[in-house]
Amino acid sequence: MIYLQIAANGLVLGGLYACISVGFSLVWGVLNVINILHGTFIVLGSYVAYFGYAHAGIHPFFSIVIAGLVLYALGYVLQAGIINRVVTAPVLITLTLTFGLDLVLNNAMLVAFTADYRAVTLANPLGSIEIGPVFLPGDRVAAMALALLLTVLLYRLLRDSSIGRAIVAVRMDREAATLMGVDVKHINAVTFAIGAFMAGAAGALLSIIFPISPLNSQVFLGKAFVVCVLGGLGSVPGAMVGGLVLGIIESFGSYWFGPEHAVTLSFGLLLVLLFVRPSGLLGRRGYE
Amino acid sequence: MRTWFALFVVALALASLPLTGNNYLLRLATTVCMYAVMAQSWNFIGGLAGYPSFATAAFFGFGAYTSAILQNHGAPPMLAWGCAGLAALVFAAFLGGAILHLRGHYFAIASLIVAEMLREIVNTMPGTGGGKGMNLPILKISIAAQAQFFFYSMLALALFCTAAAIVIHRSKLGFGLRCIQQNEDAASILGVNTYAYKTAAFSLSAVFVGMAGAIYASWVNYIEPPDVFDVLLAVKPLVMVLLGGLGTIFGPALGAVILLTFEELVWRNFLTIHAAALGLIIVVLVLFLPNGILSLIRERFPRRERPR
Repeated sequence: MIYLQIAANGLVLGGLYACISVGFSLVWGVLNVINILHGTFIVLGSYVAYFGYAHAGIHPFFSIVIAGLVLYALGYVLQAGIINRVVTAPVLITLTLTFGLDLVLNNAMLVAFTADYRAVTLANPLGSIEIGPVFLPGDRVAAMALALLLTVLLYRLLRDSSIGRAIVAVRMDREAATLMGVDVKHINAVTFAIGAFMAGAAGALLSIIFPISPLNSQVFLGKAFVVCVLGGLGSVPGAMVGGLVLGIIESFGSYWFGPEHAVTLSFGLLLVLLFVRPSGLLGRRGYE
Repeated sequence: MRTWFALFVVALALASLPLTGNNYLLRLATTVCMYAVMAQSWNFIGGLAGYPSFATAAFFGFGAYTSAILQNHGAPPMLAWGCAGLAALVFAAFLGGAILHLRGHYFAIASLIVAEMLREIVNTMPGTGGGKGMNLPILKISIAAQAQFFFYSMLALALFCTAAAIVIHRSKLGFGLRCIQQNEDAASILGVNTYAYKTAAFSLSAVFVGMAGAIYASWVNYIEPPDVFDVLLAVKPLVMVLLGGLGTIFGPALGAVILLTFEELVWRNFLTIHAAALGLIIVVLVLFLPNGILSLIRERFPRRERPR
């Protein structure tokens, strides 16, 4: 019976991991940029939700939109103003650039918000949900449901809207997309901004579960790495599967080996997977 | 010949530094030598072979902990440093075998993850002090003598590393690595054993860094996981190399001097924003000076063609 509970915990965690990673995966897949800023974007989203709740009483679930829009704007400016200049350069250059930007943004957050851990304590929590032998905290389940909803919305956006089709076109072939009249620079910026939106929204959801501090950005970034490699690059379903798988693995890993080994386990898994199947569980071979 | 002469002059100038009797300068010079070792080492895999390795922090911490554990079991410092270098070499050879078949982003992420994983392992492993960190035996000589001892040790390592770089740049290995950087598939078809070459470059990028980590551990007497597996230790070397110039011999050392000067100025004056300052220098560097400072000098003073 305990296994059912662990699996349920893992799924709830996994839904959030999927939401954390899907923006990172999109940016990597379309722009071919490893966005080190992603973890800091998530934390910034958490801060928006925190201050929204502390000062204006806005429930973090509604802050998703605010946090998302704030980060959308920030992401658009960063990509259009800075990263677009070197977006076709080798990985060493783009990765180093986003690392530099991350140092600046993270340091700015440390100065502005200090390194103190903060937490959103809801005045009216949803209580716990009981399904047979499994107990789940209601707020977490709601956060997971919203996370999955956001992920599905992103999937539909990429499938059905004209901007989404343009993003997919740029991902498939940058030159051909240019020839078909797609404004690639604009699409780059929109893609990066959508990635930042997802990070901000995920951050707002996470604010009710994890403590908030600029120091957490690396943890979230590490999760995004693992989920992306697990699920395969640049595909929304890949990130979804990767997130759920990682959630379950971490959940069972902490039960069997102790929670202090959960990170080692997931990183070890990442290395093994890169060794045997670099294209991910759902990835296609030969696609970069 | 000119290169060796330049190295000799720099070595002589640095070796006479303790004569000034300024211990602050001596500490800075020791750090410059350490940075130079790390930048020069990264240049083997990142500059010559063109593989964006972020494993430097892993090798540094691996060397530091290997040496610390050995010294706490009674090994003399020099022997422990040598063993740390050797251990880092073996570790890199195995690791390289596992991840060097990856390219681009996947390689970058895999190498970045290694230090994180080692940090978590050290945090929970018995015999390393875990998160509390580890003390090292203190040398029974005066403080001033210690400062000189560690300076000369680090200087010797930096010179040895640079000498190795000079030899390798001119050897078949260096040529093969440059071929891999330009077009790995073509190099492979032309008969370069790319796997062996890349593994050699990766191991070279580990051995000196491992020893630098070991000397650093003895120098500061205390190490802890977040300190020696710091991700900045993986990023600074490539910043220094980008500053000085990719794939050059003296570029990394020059980059080390520039970065440390800059760091020291920022540390002194704006302690709370030093990370942002480093970030800013990275952004400016990448956007406006991707070929390093040596390239500016070369543009202004082009080298005369040698008469044939």
